[in-house]
Amino acid sequence: MSTSLGLYRPGTSPVHRTPAGVKLAVVVAAGIGSVFVRTPAVAGVLLAVVLVAYTVARTPPGLLWHSVRPLCWVLVPLMVFQVLTAGWARASVIVGVIVTLVLLANLVTLTTRTTELVDVVVRLAAPLRFLGVDPERVGLVLNLGIRGVPLVLELATEVREAQHARGQAASARAFAVPLIVGALRRSDEIGEALAARGFDD
Amino acid sequence: MLIEVDGVSHVYPGGVEPVVRDVVVRLDEHRIGIVGANGSGKSTFARMLNGLVVPSAGTVTVDGLDTRGHGREVRKRVGFCFTNPDTQIVMPTVREDVAFGLRRRGLTKEEVAARVDEALARHGLGGLADHPAHLLSGGQKQLLALASILVTGPELLVMDEPTTLLDLRNTRRVADLVTELPQQVVLVTHDLDLVAGFDRVLVFDRARLVHDGPPDEAVAFYRELMA
Repeated sequence: MSTSLGLYRPGTSPVHRTPAGVKLAVVVAAGIGSVFVRTPAVAGVLLAVVLVAYTVARTPPGLLWHSVRPLCWVLVPLMVFQVLTAGWARASVIVGVIVTLVLLANLVTLTTRTTELVDVVVRLAAPLRFLGVDPERVGLVLNLGIRGVPLVLELATEVREAQHARGQAASARAFAVPLIVGALRRSDEIGEALAARGFDD
Repeated sequence: MLIEVDGVSHVYPGGVEPVVRDVVVRLDEHRIGIVGANGSGKSTFARMLNGLVVPSAGTVTVDGLDTRGHGREVRKRVGFCFTNPDTQIVMPTVREDVAFGLRRRGLTKEEVAARVDEALARHGLGGLADHPAHLLSGGQKQLLALASILVTGPELLVMDEPTTLLDLRNTRRVADLVTELPQQVVLVTHDLDLVAGFDRVLVFDRARLVHDGPPDEAVAFYRELMA
């Protein structure tokens, strides 16, 4: 089972060497700035800039499709709806901006170690100490969230295969119950493992 | 390291029957094996040795530290390796997972990097440092789990059936690793070959410690018990 989350690709490109904080700031700025994109030309330029960044980072072209593919089932109906209700220009802007932001976020994941991203979040959360929040714990939660995605996907695959083996392919309940029970059991085990590694306070 | 288990029993919340009952034992050997049938209480007993499970009755002390009141201090000195490495790998890449255990220990980034590189090289994971941890093979995951524990420098390593999910080749790799470790080891296992060269083997049955002796004697006792 493979997922783009956590698939850091080591490298020495300028994108890799850019500090994690700067990359996160660019993602946040792009997210805010996307609201002000009004024309397909501007959306196209932004997309082109991100594609250039992928080239600079020397990421295989296949990863672009790998990043966008899961969104197709949302993007295609959205495109059709926007074309019918707002026209081609608006539809291109909306879909183009979403694709650009997803690719940009994925580029950060591909070129930045999770620990570097978490360190930034821990630093940003430092002022929350005054409210009794432990920044390290905020980082740990983020870590576990990222780590949980492939674990749940693996579990879902196991449950689905077990369903098929028992001829229960169409049963939503037969899929959901063991998935939830398995995920809860796995979270208990991870909690125990964290305690064993000294993260139990 | 001296482990003293004094009159220990344990009932899990909601349970009726004790899963460990009236165990009294002192352990200070270098290699200690624990064998027993499923549900015999051996895994719960192993979890008591680093305070993951605090007994309902009795005390467990590790070098004088009671696990009931000093769980964190005990866990800093006693590493624990689980059966399923997937549950103890918490970071996305191999290097990050090994480094994870070194957080909050007051080490500089350079010190952490040096210790991580050394641990990865020692366990044959150097070429996989930036590999996604969840895409490793089962044997590699168990080696990663062990590297992540050992990098913190525990004095005692407790292992709960670390080879149960592994094939023969990886079982041998883990067994060789255990043999070479300078640390004291307590190993829970169903693989009786693993405990052959150990100093002492405990046999659990139906929540009780029913035999305690050298490996040959203990394994023979266990085989007869299971016959």
